[in-house]
Order: sequence, then C-alpha cells, then structure tokens
Amino acid sequence: MDHKTIGLRYLVTAFLFLLMGGVEALIMRVQLARPNATVLTPEQYNQLFTMHGVTMIFLYALPVLSGFSNYLWPLVLGSRDMAFPRLNALSYWIFLFAGIFLYASFPTGQAPDAGWFNYAPLSGLEYSTGPNIDVYALGMVLLGISTTVGSMNFVVTLLRMRAPGMSLDRVPVLVWGTLTASAGNLLAVPSVSLAFFLLWMDRRIGTHFFDVLNGGRPLLWQHLFWIFAHPWVYAVVLPAMGIVSDALPVFCRRPLVGYGPVALATVATMAIGFVVWIHHMFATGIPALALSFFGAASMVIAIPSAVATFAWIATIWTGRPVFRVPFLFFAGFVFLFVVGGVSGVLTAAVPFDWQLTDTYFVVAHLHYVLLGINVFPVIGGIYFWFPKFTGKMMSERLGKLGFWVLFVGFNVAFFPMHIAGLLGMPRRIYTYPAEMGWNTANLITSLGSFLFAAGVLIFLIDVLVSLKRGKPAGDNPWDAPTLEWSMSSPPPPYNFAVVPWLASRHPLWEGRIDEPGITVPMRSQLDEGYLLAQGREALGTTALEANPDVILKMPGDSYAPFWLAAFATLVFAGLALGAWIFAGAMLAGCAVSIVVWLWPERALIQREPVAVRDAGG
Amino acid sequence: MSDAVDLNQPSREPAQPHPLPVGSAGERSGGWWGCLTLIATEGSLFGYLIFSYLYLVSQTPQHWPPEGLPKLGLGIANTAILLSSSVFVWLCERCVRRARLRWAVASMALGVVLGCAFMGIQLIEWRAHPYGLSTHLYGSLYFTITGFHMAHVAVGIVVLLFLLLWTALGYFDEQRCAALTIGGLYWHFVDVVWLFIFSTLYLTPYLFREWS
Repeated sequence: MDHKTIGLRYLVTAFLFLLMGGVEALIMRVQLARPNATVLTPEQYNQLFTMHGVTMIFLYALPVLSGFSNYLWPLVLGSRDMAFPRLNALSYWIFLFAGIFLYASFPTGQAPDAGWFNYAPLSGLEYSTGPNIDVYALGMVLLGISTTVGSMNFVVTLLRMRAPGMSLDRVPVLVWGTLTASAGNLLAVPSVSLAFFLLWMDRRIGTHFFDVLNGGRPLLWQHLFWIFAHPWVYAVVLPAMGIVSDALPVFCRRPLVGYGPVALATVATMAIGFVVWIHHMFATGIPALALSFFGAASMVIAIPSAVATFAWIATIWTGRPVFRVPFLFFAGFVFLFVVGGVSGVLTAAVPFDWQLTDTYFVVAHLHYVLLGINVFPVIGGIYFWFPKFTGKMMSERLGKLGFWVLFVGFNVAFFPMHIAGLLGMPRRIYTYPAEMGWNTANLITSLGSFLFAAGVLIFLIDVLVSLKRGKPAGDNPWDAPTLEWSMSSPPPPYNFAVVPWLASRHPLWEGRIDEPGITVPMRSQLDEGYLLAQGREALGTTALEANPDVILKMPGDSYAPFWLAAFATLVFAGLALGAWIFAGAMLAGCAVSIVVWLWPERALIQREPVAVRDAGG
Repeated sequence: MSDAVDLNQPSREPAQPHPLPVGSAGERSGGWWGCLTLIATEGSLFGYLIFSYLYLVSQTPQHWPPEGLPKLGLGIANTAILLSSSVFVWLCERCVRRARLRWAVASMALGVVLGCAFMGIQLIEWRAHPYGLSTHLYGSLYFTITGFHMAHVAVGIVVLLFLLLWTALGYFDEQRCAALTIGGLYWHFVDVVWLFIFSTLYLTPYLFREWS
C-alpha cells in the first residue's frame, strides 16, 4: 500500500514493457533493413507494429510517468501518502493485468493487428474475424479503468494532500505536469473506452455504429479515437517535461527561469490539445472550414511549447551548468524536442500534411517527440532520483557512455526516417522493392536502432551494477532544493515524521536565494509542525492555499484492490471468450469486493462508535 | 479554517494548536472529492455517448427515427419519478442529521422504490419497441445509451440499498454520515444525466423534424 513501493513497481513493470516493445521494433528493423526481405510474413509484421505501438504508448509511456509521480508526489508535496492508497494499488494491479491481457493472444499468433489506432472498418468483423481485435478492444477498456482511477488519485492528492503553506504557486512543475495529464485523462479516456466498447459490440453483439451498410460511420471511430489520443499524447509528455523543469535547474545551480509561464504553458498545452484532434484526420475529406480551424489550433500549440523551451534554454544560459549525467539527458531532451517540434509544426500545415500523412515522415516526427520528450527525461530522471530510490549513486562513467550511445543511436535511427518519408515511403509496409530509392535510409535506420538498443543495454547494466555496489548517496547528493531531498535515502515508510510547513518553492535553498516579492525573511519549517501520531494519519489541506483543513485517517493494508482487479480482469476475459455466465459471476465478484472495500469502518471514523438510536418524534 | 496559517503575517507560528476535524468529515473527506472526479469522468462518458448519437444523426441519410417520433407521455412521467427519488435521498440525510432515524430509513426506502419504479417503467418501454439492439442504427444507439444509463441506475440502487442498511443499523449520526453525502451525490448525478439523455433521445427528434 505504500506509494513508494507502488511507484517502483510501476517503474519496473513499465520498463519491462519498454524492453518488449523495443525487441519488437528491432525485429521489424531487421525485416526493413534491406528490400524484399522475408524475415517476417505480412501478418506477423502487422501484429508486431501494432503491438509495438500499443506497448510503447499505452503500457510504457504513461505508466512509467505514473511510477515517478506515485513515488515522488507525496515526497515533494510534503505528505505521508497519496489521497487513496488502496485505489493506488488497484490502479497498479489493473495496469499489470491489462498488459498481460493485451499480450494474451500474442503467443498464438493472433495479436491485435490493425495498428494502434485500429481504424474501422479494417478492425470490423468483416475484415478481421479472429480474436485479435477483441483482445485489443477489451484490453483497452480494462486499461482505461486503471488510468482513470490513477488520475482520480492524482487530482485529489494534489487538491487535498499538500503540506501546509504549499500553495498552488509553490508546487514543483512535475506536479503541474501530472495534474494536467490526469485531468486530461479523466475527460479523454472515456472517449476511447467507449469507442473500443462500441467496436466490440459491433463485432460480437451485432450493433451498427461503424457499419456503413446500415447507416453507421467509420469516421465516428476516428473522431472518438483522436478526441482521446491527442490529449493522451500530451499526457505522456507533460509530466516528463515536468521532470526536466524540476531537475534541470538543479544542475544549473539556479531556480527555473519563468516558473509561472512554464506552469501555465503546461496547462495551456493540454487545454489546446483538446481542440486539435482533427489534425490526425486532415486527409479524410473534412470540410475546409474545419481544416483551417484545426490547422490553426495545431500551430498555436507551438506557443506554449516554445515558452517552455526558452525557459529551459534560459535556465542553462544564465546558470552555472554542472555536466553530470542527468544534465546530459535533460539537455539532449531539449535538442530532440526542438527537432520533433519543428517537424510537428510542419505537419500542422494542411497541404503539407496531405503530402506526408501516412509516410515515414510522420513516423520520424512521432518518435522524435515521444522518445525525445519521454524516454530521455525518464532515463535522466532515473539517474537523478536513483539515489533517493535506493540510497546509492549510479556510475558517472557508464552513464556518460550510455548517454552518448543513446543520443547518437537515436539520431542515426530516426533522422533518416524523415528522408524516407519525403521520398514517399509509406508507413506500415512490411517490405519494399529495391528500386524505390529507400534502401540507404532504411539500412541506416536499422543500424541506428541497434546502436540505440545498445545504449539501453548500457543503462540497464548501470542500474544493476549500481544496485549492488553503487556508492552511498546520502540524503541530498545533488544539493537539490525540494522536499524529497530533506529525508533519508531511501525514505522511511511514513515519509515525514513531522508535517513540514512551506514558505517557498525551494525549501532547501532558502537563505541562498530569495524569491522576488517576499521582503520579510520567511523560512520553511521542516522539523516543527503537526505530529499526527495517533495511528495512520495524514493532513488534509485546502485546495488553493493549502491551509490545514482536516486530519485524515488513512486505511491500512487490504486485499480488496487485488481481488477487485482480478475479478475485473476475469470479467473481460469472460467477454472475450463469449462466456457470458462466467463474466456475470465475475461481475458479482467485483461487486462483493467493492462492498468489502467501502464498508464503513470505525477505525477510519466513517461511522459512529456506538449505534445511533432514533431520537423519537 | 482560513485563519489557521496566514501567509501575509510571517510572525505567526506556522503550526499553532488549532482543533481540526478528524476522519471522514463530509465535504472535507477524501471520498467526497473522489466522487467528484468520478462524476467528471462519467459525465464525459455520457457526453461522448451523446456526441456519437448527434454525430450519427447529422450524417445519416435514413428517416430518423425510423419507427416514427418517440412517445413522450411515459418518458416524462418516468423522468418525474426519477427526479423525485433524488429528493427523498436528500431528505434521508437531513433526517439522519437530526437523529430522526425512522424517518430517515423510510425516506431512503421510498427513494429506492422510486428508483426501482424507474427501472421497471424503462423495461416496459424497452419491451414495447418493435426494434432491438441490432435491428438498425437507431436501435443500436437507443439501447446502448439507455442501457448505459440503466446500468448506472442499477449500481445507484445497490448503493442506496447499502446506505439504507447502514442507516438502519445506526452507523450514522449528524457528524459521521459522509457515506450518505457521497452516495447521495452519485445518485443525484445519475438523475441529472438522465435529463440530458431524455432531451437527446426523446426531445431532439421533434426539433430535427421541424428543420427537415
């Protein structure tokens, strides 16, 4: 139930999925390295690129960030745990089970095979009769539950569980990023869950939502999918950008330039992200007015992105950079973000997009932004917080070597994809004839991808070696300013013995730097405050100002989340197999688990100590 | 509570002894906030259902609805029944806060009965339709949207039944009844959503008929 354990489980599980998705990518690159190759059959290739996309986008990119946030939120917010510790466990178990569910049909060669965005009618029963798409559809609904309850937990934790004095303008940018992503998920995930559920009903119940013959519309699928998937793209990058905004300044020995604008840019990116979904559908014959509007909105996204980019550059420029390993990863991220951002602005232009849509140019763009903004900050973040997680330092030498191999490998692998795309190579083809002029670009890409994989391997070796014999880290090896560095490494289960009281954004740098606008010297109090020693207690604070509001009783360990997750997974397994009675019985199991979970407890003061009697009348 | 820590007066002690409520205290409890986020995400779900309906209506070349305009009489009566159940759920919490346990139990029981009546009438309506889930596009939309709502009503009734049980067992008094507040909030949400579904499925066809 400890948020730190759950956070680490998230990180490790997500990394295992990253490795699986990576191996799938390498097999594809072997197939594409030269023309007319026969390593894979077209069917195998379809399944591999679909599972690669699904794994990386749904099972790695967001869960790994949830791992960081789960571990770090209570520490940086000065709290003892997340708002709902048991919901947190539920979120993890369902994520794990949904991942296994999505891979269940992989060994039999019947994995999802219609691309990660799974357009109807290709994904309809007419063109795909096997269980492939059913597994994808039901697995995604299941995964959506995990994402949703995780997001609810983050939102309520932010609103309720900050240390006194940590008003909204003092929370770290990572918190802004995850908060924005979570709020976006709450509003966007129902869209894709509904789309997948309707698709499954079309396939197995006989409804007509995407069925053209009976008045249905395949474009409804694209609308529902992209209404979700574009905000999702920001959900998997904004927390990672938050990691950089918090950790990069530590290595520049100064606070982040423009905290306010960066925080606002984070929220603005997500808000605009809800009105740009049509830019994935420019080539579907949508009216010109809609094209202009959504093209313009897509370009507007460049503004908040540029705000953040210039803030990072200014932080490096005006600081005194210390070239440790995390700094390299964060600086590398800024470079890749600029490259990926520029190709993004290009494709926001409607005519240019018509030319390039469904080519490798788009593949290059999305890998630059997703790997650049997600993987580089994540690895940098692990180098940065590994000492806090384990109490040991990672190796500088291996780390620097790993960074350069990753950085060079990444650019060698993905930059030529731009060129292949401009030369007209479509995405999702399993092979190509020799005379198309794509041979060189593909060969270089394949070589680069293996170099990149070698970089990941170096990183993993570093993690394992440092776990065994890393140097002891101490409480604050980077001399960082935020609350998580004020405690021992690894932190004690209760995080803070005394609830701290915050007076600035940089409690550990107070006295060295002063925030503008505060004339009276105020200091945060880390060793005086609420003790809250009567059992598991935590302090609830008000949403904006973080004034103490209520003393919350935290629940103890419970098996209910595990059982609920297991029953929920079995419900979906029953639906996938068409075992209706079994699915119904498992649904009843879910209901029983929830009742056990929510039964009012005296220890949590959810009910009276003595049964109430009627007062009469 | 706003005077507990005043950031503009640094001379004050940050952690002064100040009695705070302990435990699951109504709108200060975690559950209340959790339920609000649940409502946000479920509200979006119904929003997307209604979006799908309106999108498909706007694109369809079919005569809409294929079986003629929906009958309003029973639907309006059923809407009134569902909304009135919300009133009794609210009343139950008021009675508990005044320690009128018997009235509270009666009120909650009436709320449950009204909820069940809504489901019964809805089932009668379902049966009266000559089409089913897989007959045509309208049938798919109608039964999916009302089906989603019925599932929420069913869950809501189970919630209300447990609240009824806990109230009858004397678990709640005027200070400790967060479960009633939170469960009631969810029930009100289910009722409000019905207004949107009713407007979309029953009323908009009349509107579109005038335009076409």
